[in-house]
Amino acid sequence: MSHEIEAIKDPGVPAHVHRQADSDPKAEKKAERQVAILFGLSAVGTLLFIYSYIWLPEDVFIYLPVLGTTNAKQLFLGLGLALSLFFIGAGAIHWAKTLMPDEEVIAMRHEMRSEDSDRKDFVASAKEGAAAAGLGRRSLIKRSLGLSLGLVGLSPLLLLRDLGPLPGKDLETTSWKSGTRLVTDPGDRPIKPSDLEVGAVAQVLPALAPGEERTLNNIGKDAVLLIRLRPEEFQLDAEKLAMTHEGIIAFSKICSHMGCAVALYEQQTKHLLCPCHQSTFDVPRGAKVIFGPAARPLPQLAISVDQEGYLVAQRPFSEPVGPSYWERNSQ
Amino acid sequence: MTARERIAGTVASYVDERTGAAAWMKKNLNKVFPDHWSFLLGEIALYSFIILLLSGTFLTFWFDPSQREVIYDGNYEPLSGLKMSAAYASTLHISFEVRGGLLMRQIHHWAALLFMVAIVVHLLRVYFTGAFRKPREFNWIIGVGLLTLGIVEGFLGYSLPDDLLSGTGIRIAEAIIQALPVVGSYISFFAFGGAFPGEAFIPRIFTVHVLLLPGIFLALITVHLMLVWYQKHTQYPGPGRTEKNVVGFPLLPVYMAKAGGFFFIVFGVTAFLSAVASINPIWLYGPYTPGQISAGSQPDWYMGWLDGLVRMAPPLETHAFGHTISWNILIPGLILPGIMFTGLALYPFIESWISGDKREHHILDRPRNVPNRTAIGAMALTFTIVGLLNGGNDIIATTFNLTINQMMWFSRIGILVLPPIAFVVTKRLCLSLQRADRDLVLHGRETGTLLRMPSGEFVEVHEPISAEKAWTLTQHEQPVPLELSDTDTRGLKRPGAIKNKLRNRMSRANAVAVPKVTAQDLKEIEHH
Repeated sequence: MSHEIEAIKDPGVPAHVHRQADSDPKAEKKAERQVAILFGLSAVGTLLFIYSYIWLPEDVFIYLPVLGTTNAKQLFLGLGLALSLFFIGAGAIHWAKTLMPDEEVIAMRHEMRSEDSDRKDFVASAKEGAAAAGLGRRSLIKRSLGLSLGLVGLSPLLLLRDLGPLPGKDLETTSWKSGTRLVTDPGDRPIKPSDLEVGAVAQVLPALAPGEERTLNNIGKDAVLLIRLRPEEFQLDAEKLAMTHEGIIAFSKICSHMGCAVALYEQQTKHLLCPCHQSTFDVPRGAKVIFGPAARPLPQLAISVDQEGYLVAQRPFSEPVGPSYWERNSQ
Repeated sequence: MTARERIAGTVASYVDERTGAAAWMKKNLNKVFPDHWSFLLGEIALYSFIILLLSGTFLTFWFDPSQREVIYDGNYEPLSGLKMSAAYASTLHISFEVRGGLLMRQIHHWAALLFMVAIVVHLLRVYFTGAFRKPREFNWIIGVGLLTLGIVEGFLGYSLPDDLLSGTGIRIAEAIIQALPVVGSYISFFAFGGAFPGEAFIPRIFTVHVLLLPGIFLALITVHLMLVWYQKHTQYPGPGRTEKNVVGFPLLPVYMAKAGGFFFIVFGVTAFLSAVASINPIWLYGPYTPGQISAGSQPDWYMGWLDGLVRMAPPLETHAFGHTISWNILIPGLILPGIMFTGLALYPFIESWISGDKREHHILDRPRNVPNRTAIGAMALTFTIVGLLNGGNDIIATTFNLTINQMMWFSRIGILVLPPIAFVVTKRLCLSLQRADRDLVLHGRETGTLLRMPSGEFVEVHEPISAEKAWTLTQHEQPVPLELSDTDTRGLKRPGAIKNKLRNRMSRANAVAVPKVTAQDLKEIEHH
């Protein structure tokens, strides 16, 4: 045990060593000049800032090695500000280090704990106060106060109710209905199967009825990806195969993991990859998850063509699109 | 008395007669602060916070926190005529039309990154030196609170511009909320004022970002600093430094000049970084729409480890009774961070329970002298770094010509295997360093001078180290394992036998050490 054995002795705070500027007036003057120069550099920085703000044109670009082409106004405003601030600091610290006293001083510490007498007095007055209020005796007051304090917290909670509507069926539905045309995004043009070559990908949205507006909320659920393969490349059961049309298969573009847009399609491997968390979906097998954190395939949209030969949805999505949630029936 | 002194005296007397401040000021102007570079880390965090307040206030003069749709007609040609939110359009306006606006945006973002770096490194300093021990446990908990709030505040901040990258971040946050069992979709609909993305979220987080959280920050930082002031700063071991004193420089003038000067240095460096290194060029990302994304989507670094954990999670969901539980989101997104932050906040109490040490400590530990704590820290750090690496797995994969799958499998295995390895290696390393200290005190410094003995043998001349150094290397207390017995003094079985056994065991592991050199050892070697 360490404290029973004789330990090495503490030699105490080492003797103070004087700096040159403490004794040599020449060194002191020199240090003073250095501090003044540093403060002066800061003033130069402010001048650079003012010049850049007022006179430097907006459209000058200069090339800097490593950093590339930069807007000169933004660069010199920043450099001016940086110089003006940095050298105030540098000056102050140099001043403190060379000219202000550098002798270490010792202050004593005291234990955080209060004196025993203070503690005793505190307990006594706290008890006295509590006794004066009589909370211990008056249990009726205590209970009713407890009840009302508990209830009063409900009001602010209730006030938050109008932050938003209840989810209802919102997470389960999209704008896709039976016979809704697939239109390009961007462009809003209806498409025919012949517009897509084998290997091609297209992002589509449901066609708008006249007068309808498309909101980001709609896009967040309706975005669909079309991919055309050779029909024999599919490895799908009959039901899923019937949802494709001439080798064109349609998936929700909203990732079944956390809702990012699944936008990377690798033509050679026929994999869809979500750039957020790298969930990888195998297109020929109905967007089955083959890698990454997603637990469900992307929902497939059943498509066919209408009488004019344009691609349409056969029916709405048969399951909710996007990330999972408690009420989702995924069985 | 000069005229200037007379005026100052009048003012001071006027204030003192109304506040009695002189007595307090007299005591505190001479307050002593120990000097060490690692004590500047917390200061960097504080100064970054002030820079954030200043630059953030500037940005609010032009930023329009609204998701109302507008058609862009500003100076930046490539986005001309595009539909976007007013939030994004006003961020472009700040970047391209307000003189110095882009610089201020950059300063705000750089200061936020620096703020989080400084908090984390400051936390590591406090952890590895044991500065969190009694009486500073409250300040440790406040610090963990500030770290947590900083992560939230940073995330909300970079979500405000409503560009394609930040909108994707909000989408992911929404998915985490939605994954909460039972209440998830309700909380999400309340937060977003309906379905994602809606038009309510950005105005709401704006209020939280510029009013609510900065207010809480200000309050917590104030208490944090008041406690530092009141409890007096810890100090590193050294000659003349004891648990009963504090050795350093007085507040006036040295510490004030240094600390005040350092604020300007931090601000200046932030401005320099902002001038030359552009971050978050939101004009390149375009406005947010849920149907699009840019490859290589990355959060800011302090969110990166969480994103990395989410990326490596196995594809687990429970589907039963018409309900879905997304373990692939809940475990990496909420449960693991929850365990980590709770463990972090409780660590001072756990350590003192294991060691049985309930005394005040003001002299800092050298990390090697507390191998167990240092090893636990290295383990937690390794876990977080593997997470962070996986958060950038796409960037790393493209940079080093790896596949994403290789990176992901490295992380999935690494997150389980590397932290325990880090623990063992660090603990061994600490003990080796203790042994090296022992050698140094006993045999002195190797001078590099070779001496040829009359016998022809070569020996290296060792030079004894100074008394100051010998003290610094041996001043620490070596922990003593607890020996809680199963029975009390009367031979009766005490309750909680299993708990005591566990505590004894952990305490033994905690007390592993190379015996430090004593005065006797030194004497013996002199007689040699």
